[in-house]
Amino acid sequence: MESGNSERNVSAAAVKIVIAGGFGVGKTTMVGSVSEVPPLRTEELITEASAGVDDLSGVESKHTTTVALDFGRITINPQLILYLFGTPGQDRFWFMWDELARGALGAVVLADTRRLDSCFPAVDFFERRGLPFVVGVNCFDDAYHYTVDEVRMALDLDPSVPVLLCDARGRESTKQVLITLMQHVMSRAGLTGAASGR
Amino acid sequence: MTADQEAWFDDAAGPLVRPYAVTGGRTRSDTIGLDLITLVVAVREHADHLEPESLRILQVSQKPISVVEVAAAVNLPLQVVKVLLSDLITQNLMIYRSAMQTTTQAPSPHVLQAVLDGIRKL
Ligand SMILES: Nc1nc2c(ncn2[C@@H]2O[C@H](COP(=O)(O)OP(=O)(O)OP(=O)(O)O)[C@@H](O)[C@H]2O)c(=O)[nH]1
Ligand SMILES: [Mg+2]
Repeated sequence: MESGNSERNVSAAAVKIVIAGGFGVGKTTMVGSVSEVPPLRTEELITEASAGVDDLSGVESKHTTTVALDFGRITINPQLILYLFGTPGQDRFWFMWDELARGALGAVVLADTRRLDSCFPAVDFFERRGLPFVVGVNCFDDAYHYTVDEVRMALDLDPSVPVLLCDARGRESTKQVLITLMQHVMSRAGLTGAASGR
Repeated sequence: MTADQEAWFDDAAGPLVRPYAVTGGRTRSDTIGLDLITLVVAVREHADHLEPESLRILQVSQKPISVVEVAAAVNLPLQVVKVLLSDLITQNLMIYRSAMQTTTQAPSPHVLQAVLDGIRKL
């Protein structure tokens, strides 16, 4: 135990969950549906890497672009804050995914029933990293409605990965997705008390 | 040429890197290794010598706040904020709590249960 002598100290801890999926699938909407603040947005600068650069003092302006990521916040208790991060829509910003996934409790892969294949990269990414994830099938009104089993088959998921239908706009629906994720994370960690898988 | 510029960012064109943030006319880096959700808090309300950006960071960090929230609050790119924060911490104007607990080891059962309960109660 640490007893801080300074007037101020940081005794709280922060954890995060990643919401991933293809372009326009409803990631920001899902973050916003449960966040206690409207989704916040921040940007990261990206520069093209040039091989063999050993002089970093130069202020040459290389090609620079920005990638935006948005996030929400849930104060679990005064000592614990949960952040929800929506991944950047474009898959090419993989290193951003790395930073987002590092240390995450788990991830939600949002699948779009209009374009199921758009979440393949996210599924691959989390499978490869061994990060526990659930698949939320965001049901757009105008889309063909798959069954959970059809989605599971199409994504070739491990039977232990929970799949559930959801509406990213709905608070209760998003809560259910996150609860399912946490139960999955806990059962993967061998913790009792969490209901199995789905 | 647009096509060429586009190609800079393709996977095939090579790795993308974060640039060293150029702030205050010097190239500096985040010497602390701040994570997106590292929590920081200012220990002072003001310091005379600070650049305006750093002063704003100090002001939005009067209560514990994560690195990514600081970036959103001062509307600066993440890695610029990381550099400025790392300077402020080095100057003992701010303190931080590393997110290491969660990045290097599995989160404790206690934390997982608290998160689950917290979401249920929303
Ligand atoms: N009908 C319906 N519309 C939705 C649902 N979820 C999101 N939308 C709408 O779909 C659009 C895209 O949602 P966003 O939350 O911005 O998607 P995103 O994944 O963050 O998009 P990018 O960040 O651009 O990749 C918005 O206009 C939402 O209002 C849903 O469950 N049902
Ligand atoms: Mg979005």
